[in-house]
Amino acid sequence: MSYALEICDIHKVFNRGTINEKIALNGVNLNLNPGDFVTIIGGNGAGKSTTLNAIAGVWPIDSGKIIINGTDITALAEHKRAAYLGRVFQDPMTGTASTMDIEENMAIAYRRGESRTLRWGISSKEREMFREKLATLGLGLENRMTSKVGLLSGGQRQAITLLMASLKQPQLLLLDEHTAALDPKTAAKVLEISDKIIAENHLTAMMVTHNMRDAIAHGNRLIMMHEGRIIYDVSGDEKSRLTVADLLHKFEEVSGSEFANDKMILA
Amino acid sequence: MPYILSLNPMALLRAWPGSIAQGMLWGVMALGVYITFRLLDFADLTVDGSIATGAAVSVMLIRAGVHPILSLPIAFLAGMLAGLVTGLLNTMLGIPGILASILTQISLYSINLVIMGKSNQPVSVDNYPLVVSLRYVTDGATASKILFFVGTVFFLLLLVAILYWYFGTEQGHAIRATGCNPNMARAQGINTSFIKVLALMLSNGLVGLSGGLYAQFQGAADVNMGRGAIVIGLAAVIIGEVLFGKFAAKRKLAFAFTLISVILGAVIYYMVYQFVLWLRMPSDYMKLFSAIVVAVFLAIPYLKEKRQQKKGRVTV
Repeated sequence: MSYALEICDIHKVFNRGTINEKIALNGVNLNLNPGDFVTIIGGNGAGKSTTLNAIAGVWPIDSGKIIINGTDITALAEHKRAAYLGRVFQDPMTGTASTMDIEENMAIAYRRGESRTLRWGISSKEREMFREKLATLGLGLENRMTSKVGLLSGGQRQAITLLMASLKQPQLLLLDEHTAALDPKTAAKVLEISDKIIAENHLTAMMVTHNMRDAIAHGNRLIMMHEGRIIYDVSGDEKSRLTVADLLHKFEEVSGSEFANDKMILA
Repeated sequence: MPYILSLNPMALLRAWPGSIAQGMLWGVMALGVYITFRLLDFADLTVDGSIATGAAVSVMLIRAGVHPILSLPIAFLAGMLAGLVTGLLNTMLGIPGILASILTQISLYSINLVIMGKSNQPVSVDNYPLVVSLRYVTDGATASKILFFVGTVFFLLLLVAILYWYFGTEQGHAIRATGCNPNMARAQGINTSFIKVLALMLSNGLVGLSGGLYAQFQGAADVNMGRGAIVIGLAAVIIGEVLFGKFAAKRKLAFAFTLISVILGAVIYYMVYQFVLWLRMPSDYMKLFSAIVVAVFLAIPYLKEKRQQKKGRVTV
């Protein structure tokens, strides 16, 4: 069986040779099985989001390899990798086009990875399908298909972005702190939707989070990053037995430093 | 008082049909400016050069014996080439958009001189069956004047229909997404560089077409005719939005109404322009007047929002 994702020894240094030089990724190795849902935690600057951006191809990596279901995508441009990836971002503004209708946003996502032709941008059959999918969110958005996305709340936009990421089956779903900008109640709702979409579509997914409880409660595998490396990797029963205290302890043990992020301890 | 009495309302009424026709032809350029400025979020100053390129190409082809109608699609293609250069400077060579467009604009000045051989080339309606001409508006029977306006309106509506269709296609969606949120567009697999170049080509194609039409209308192409054209295009876009924006947004075919309002913005611009000339304001001041109009109308939405934010803060 081949891996859904293979990350082989990737490195990335930002602002190399300047006073702002920052080693962002320092030899990350990771293999995901199909259907794995891995949560990623770590302090600020640990390389969590950077890993996701490296996979998405926001910028080229310095060395290493990224392989999705046997296809080496290391050299592909960001828009070409989109064919393999569904992405949801921290900022609810990032995942959608605010001046376009809900249904237009969904139509764009439904064509992810395809060339944009002179066919009409949305068919009535698609519209019906989008309406059904929106109804499953339980947010009443199915009655607002021609509303501009800019009029929606952050939570609604994240829910739509999640739906968009799965409209066309991605080989890997990347969730980059996608609930961090939401209030706790909305964040819980969006997480619930994430779980549902991942389960229903049997997606392989990676979720970066600042919230240790969420990291423990969701997914079948957890990795902790520190200074551009994966320092802890746990899955299965061992993961489900984890507590926040275990994670804090583990972090101090492996990294040799205190967990300096109040946000994670308090969460 | 004697100044006011000396103004002849009839003179204004006689001049306005010509202004309206001119506004309709520049409205084609304004559509191009709308595509870059509003849909693509790209301040494209190529326009000042590409409108003269369209004019030069159309006039020189007509003088060489090409039918005036056939010269127009070629003017469109010439404009597209100009847009292609700006797009490639920006996306392939990483030159900031506004600077890339200025470089194209400046180089087009030389290219336009080469196309024309000198700075001004006439094309008289007496010698050629021109598609549009000021003569059709000022001279001749009322019926033929009406026919001219009906024909022009029909042409503009056809153009609006084509653009409405295009921006409803997958490619049109891609342009709008790229302009609104390039990160989202790339995450959805849209090649934002390619799309940018495409939109710049379409926009400048329309500008070139407008230049060809306007050159025929005024009976000459001039290397300086594009100076400040972008300001007029922006004025048209903004006047259209301020006056008809709310009306257009409520309609079912909102986007088509928005495009029409851009053309109306150009028409109103030239009617006001004529009005100010009629008040005997020296024509030397006209560029200043245009710039002030654009600055004021650009500032209105910003200041409105700022005032609302202030109000909001008091109540909260």
